[in-house]
Amino acid sequence: MHPESESQPQTTDAAPSSSGRFSGWRLLVEGLTGQRGWSRAWAKAAPRPRYRVVIVGGGGHGLASAYYLASRYGITDVAVLEQGPIGLGNVGRNTTIIRSNYFRADNIRFYDYSLKLWEGLEQELNFNAMVSQRGTLNLFHTEAQRDLFTRRANLMRLLGVDAQSVSRESVKALVPLVDLDNGRYPVLGGFLQRRGGTVRHDAVAWGYARAAARAGVDIVEHCEVTGIRREGSRVIGVETTRGPIAADTICLAVAGHSSRLAAMAGLRLPIESHVLQAFVTESIKPVLDVVMTYGAGHFYVSQSNKGGLVYGGGIDGYNTYGQRGTLPMAEEVAAAAVTLMPGLARLKVLRQWGGVMDMSMDGSPIISKTAVQGLILNGGWCYGGFKAIPAGGMTTAHLIARGEPHPLAAHFNLERFAAGRTIDERGAGPFPFAH
Amino acid sequence: MLRIQCPWCGVRDEIEFRYRGDASVVRPAADAGIDAFASYVYERGNQCGWQAEWWLHVGGCRQLLTVERHTLTHEIRSIRGTADEPAQPLDAVR
Ligand SMILES: Cc1cc2nc3c(=O)[nH]c(=O)nc-3n(C[C@H](O)[C@H](O)[C@H](O)COP(=O)(O)OP(=O)(O)OC[C@H]3O[C@@H](n4cnc5c(N)ncnc54)[C@H](O)[C@@H]3O)c2cc1C
Ligand SMILES: [Zn+2]
Repeated sequence: MHPESESQPQTTDAAPSSSGRFSGWRLLVEGLTGQRGWSRAWAKAAPRPRYRVVIVGGGGHGLASAYYLASRYGITDVAVLEQGPIGLGNVGRNTTIIRSNYFRADNIRFYDYSLKLWEGLEQELNFNAMVSQRGTLNLFHTEAQRDLFTRRANLMRLLGVDAQSVSRESVKALVPLVDLDNGRYPVLGGFLQRRGGTVRHDAVAWGYARAAARAGVDIVEHCEVTGIRREGSRVIGVETTRGPIAADTICLAVAGHSSRLAAMAGLRLPIESHVLQAFVTESIKPVLDVVMTYGAGHFYVSQSNKGGLVYGGGIDGYNTYGQRGTLPMAEEVAAAAVTLMPGLARLKVLRQWGGVMDMSMDGSPIISKTAVQGLILNGGWCYGGFKAIPAGGMTTAHLIARGEPHPLAAHFNLERFAAGRTIDERGAGPFPFAH
Repeated sequence: MLRIQCPWCGVRDEIEFRYRGDASVVRPAADAGIDAFASYVYERGNQCGWQAEWWLHVGGCRQLLTVERHTLTHEIRSIRGTADEPAQPLDAVR
């Protein structure tokens, strides 16, 4: 049971019809009959001239918001407009880590709600998203860091969320590859959240898209929003590359492009766009069965089911809309990897890519109404919006349907900046490149 | 890798510099009110295109430069040494 279950509306059953359901039995039957019985997971909808709700952006948050609007809040007159094919934005570019080991109570509650939704997601969507709660292990290298992690673990446990400290020896037992006594930053211990882990990111986009489409949502691909139409202070629709579409409510869920879309409605946001890179090595035998983060630099790593090590670090550090990445950060991240696990030095990096993200002024997301009536923003997700997809979608759907914020996401409003109530986990100040 | 042409030190790699953000924001007058200050501290144009931005040459002369850079192509079209000097086209700096 999640703590706010009383405030949740009743579930309307949006389970897919049995003929299209995935199951072990169907897998067996299809395997024996040449895999010819599968149908399209979601229909390629053509846009209609008007909808009650238009969601811009077919990433994780847009698709999840649409799914929960239809399945939980009974609003099915919804279109998701995506400029390309769905799933090619950050939802398909991230390092797939999920966890709820935050510092502030309101964040712990929100992200743990998301973790609980992940735990039941595959059954709910009838889609294998390969949710793997293999544990997230954060290493610490100084006593001050140990105290901070201990405090964080205690805060989490006070809220009923799992967290534990682990000794140096247990770190070595969990990840034998780690060089505990590395010359630069010896490892003193770790902080473990067992329920953290990874999820197959593409499957999240596909699973939500399929379930939303089955619940009546139109998923319109190759439809770029080029303008937002207003009448006085309220929105009345969008201009798109496939013609104008009228709507009562417009929700922006465009990840790294929130500022551009908001500008179409005359708004300036507390956001800068920055690129974050990810890297994958060649496949090797299983060596790492937790997600591990380094405490003396920005570096996190896990091993994919195919055997490659998936890793990343910090943002490149200056505003960009270029969906690539530059070499200095690639070097910095590789240096951290090799400091921590010298054995990795012989691995070849096979792939590298970048994703453009909204970096907000306090490092926290925005799920909020805006100064323009009928225009709702889901954005500012920084590095951390993948794990938040289920809760972000649910609370955004709540805001759209009820006209008021979901209690778990009320602190993510836009007014917090002017009001001095920023949600700055790191205490880094109003510098997006510092979060 | 960006190559930034510092007016004092010459062409240097981006790793010698610290990015300090959008240089087009202007501090409001002291009595401009809370909204003007909130907007100054938090709101940004976040252009997809040309942007004037601060870069601090920490690994060199330690001067703050104003760089005009394209946020999609990363091309740099002008660099000036201090806030008061007019922007110079790159050739003149070289
Ligand atoms: C390299 C990398 C690693 C990351 N690692 C993690 C991680 O381990 N854990 C974690 O929790 N988070 C991680 N993140 C962050 C996470 O991926 C994002 O915060 C999250 O995916 C953003 O939400 P989204 O899925 O809705 O975005 P997206 O998938 O980017 O969706 C936005 C969509 O909007 C579309 N769009 C934009 N403009 C328009 C327009 N004008 N008209 C129509 N459509 C438009 C885009 O095409 C895109 O498909 C990482 C991000 C990156 C880049
Ligand atoms: Zn210099």
